[in-house]
Amino acid sequence: MNDKEIYKQKKLFKYLLIHLAIITFVVICVYPLLRILSVSIRPGDKLISTDLSLIPAGATFAAYVRLLKETLFLRWLWNSLLITVATSFIGVSLASTAAYAFSRFKFGGKKGGMILLLSTQMIPAGMLILPLFLMIMKLGLMNTYLGMIIAYSVSSLPFSIWILKGYYDTIPRSLEEAALVDGTSQLGAFYRIILPLSTPALSIAFLFNFTTAWNEYLVARVVLFSSKQYTWTLGLFELQGQYITQWGMFAAGSMLVTIPVLMVFLYSSKWLISGLTLGSVKG
Amino acid sequence: MAEVRFSKVTKKFNENVILNGVDAEIRDHEFVVIVGPSGCGKTTLLRMLAGLEEITSGEIYIDNVLVNNMHPSKRQIAMVFQDYALYPHMTVAENMSFALRLRKAPKAEIDQRVTEAANILQLTKLLGRMPKQLSGGQRQRVAIGRAIVRKPKVFLFDEPLSNLDAKLREEMRVEIAKLYQRLNATIIYVTHDQVEAMTLAGRIVVMNRGIIQQVGSPIEVYRKPANLFVAGFIGSPTMNFISGRLSMADGKAVFQSEDLSIGVPGFVLHESEAVDGREVVLGVRPDDVLVGGKASEHCSEKLQAVLEVSELLGHRENLYLKIGQTRLVAMVEAFFNQAPGSAVPFCLNYTNMHFFDKITEKRIG
Repeated sequence: MNDKEIYKQKKLFKYLLIHLAIITFVVICVYPLLRILSVSIRPGDKLISTDLSLIPAGATFAAYVRLLKETLFLRWLWNSLLITVATSFIGVSLASTAAYAFSRFKFGGKKGGMILLLSTQMIPAGMLILPLFLMIMKLGLMNTYLGMIIAYSVSSLPFSIWILKGYYDTIPRSLEEAALVDGTSQLGAFYRIILPLSTPALSIAFLFNFTTAWNEYLVARVVLFSSKQYTWTLGLFELQGQYITQWGMFAAGSMLVTIPVLMVFLYSSKWLISGLTLGSVKG
Repeated sequence: MAEVRFSKVTKKFNENVILNGVDAEIRDHEFVVIVGPSGCGKTTLLRMLAGLEEITSGEIYIDNVLVNNMHPSKRQIAMVFQDYALYPHMTVAENMSFALRLRKAPKAEIDQRVTEAANILQLTKLLGRMPKQLSGGQRQRVAIGRAIVRKPKVFLFDEPLSNLDAKLREEMRVEIAKLYQRLNATIIYVTHDQVEAMTLAGRIVVMNRGIIQQVGSPIEVYRKPANLFVAGFIGSPTMNFISGRLSMADGKAVFQSEDLSIGVPGFVLHESEAVDGREVVLGVRPDDVLVGGKASEHCSEKLQAVLEVSELLGHRENLYLKIGQTRLVAMVEAFFNQAPGSAVPFCLNYTNMHFFDKITEKRIG
């Protein structure tokens, strides 16, 4: 065996090893999703079965039909969507202007403010439940969309501000200065120049807001108490009874709620990827 | 077009004085180049004129209108930035028309002005491209085009060629000179490159440490530098400086340093300045060190140096000479063909000999 063949074999071995590792992780990642799919189309409400096939014998969409017909699932989905979209837009709007101020202006407490924002992210979400509950109750916003939107928007603000500030810092100030000379106000320069250039960071902030609000359970549990106002996270738990849980419908619901997130991710993937690499190459 | 006037303009960042009472006037249709080393305050002065930097004290006038507190867009200026500052999400045409669109100018007028500027700058074929699809030189032309389209009262250029390579810089320099001839506009151009200053300017403003050192035509600044700083900053290779003392012998002034003794005629140093014992600095440009020259009424007595190194630049050659501990650079025709260590006779051209007071550093002759 000559050197060239040894080199080829080593390269092949390395290639196989890397792929084996990747496939293992993909399987670990995808397996639960496939099991949920399997449970959702399994006849009856069996969670555990000796049948390991992905598509079980007598597969049926009955659980999906029952979920949509017999429960308020569509209403819960609509509630979630409304709260999530509103949260994402409000959160990103607030964060984009706040981050601009932190990035461009000089003011007292600027550094301290950024550290304070960061420190709020270090507190476990559960610890903020009580103060949030008290605030929303005092505002008279219990069991309302607005209460949820406010709670979600403010809780994801710090992360969004940090992401956006970091991105704004990489945009040369001369662009705004050129815009000022050309005739815009400071706000105009932000709106016409900085915002259009910040789509990668804005997309990341939007996705973060969207996924956080979409999947949130704890705050919703505290703020919402009527079944009609529930988000899907609360609604699905309605299916869990004291003696019996309707696993088929539960799994069907779990499958359906991934669709909006999947769509948002697919739509914004090109911005997301460029956003994740931001800072590595000066734009 | 317009006049620009700076009156006792001062800029401080905390306790650091960046500009210290700058007074200057730029006349209508004039091309003025502000030149100086990094950190001398030239860009700050330009940015204050543009309204991008606050003025600590003093006044700035454009066309006799005080603009201290006027928004940049109201000053009727256009600025070309060092890094071009093209809007990356807009095409060349959109970049050029941005200011007019903001003003809600009629579309026909916008199109006409953009086409006109594009023709001048040979950008017609690039109007639909994005800035990232352009070369450095093309981007620079778009930045200039964006300024032209606005038809401002004053054009401001902030080191516009410093990001280009040497060849492109030369080309763009010629382009800017042509553009000035065509527009006949008031232009204020900031650079640290003395070649740009010498070749483009109608008048040069030399700055150092926030103070204007000299204002004059390129030839004035080169031939009659006001002080040691200007003499050393303008000209390449830099002027030779020799520290020494004046003495009077038989009513005639003599410059004496450790290694040289040169008679100084009255037309070089006026009698009133030729004080016995005065500490002075003699300045002579490398092309006024006349190698092989003979003593005459225009050239000093013959001196002898040793050649240390020679640098061939193509058509010219720099000779690094040593007389005792004193070092001089001479610029001669190419192919001097002498080995290092060989003796080199020379004299100093009286016509372009400069004397500076050692203490005040000001020109005395």
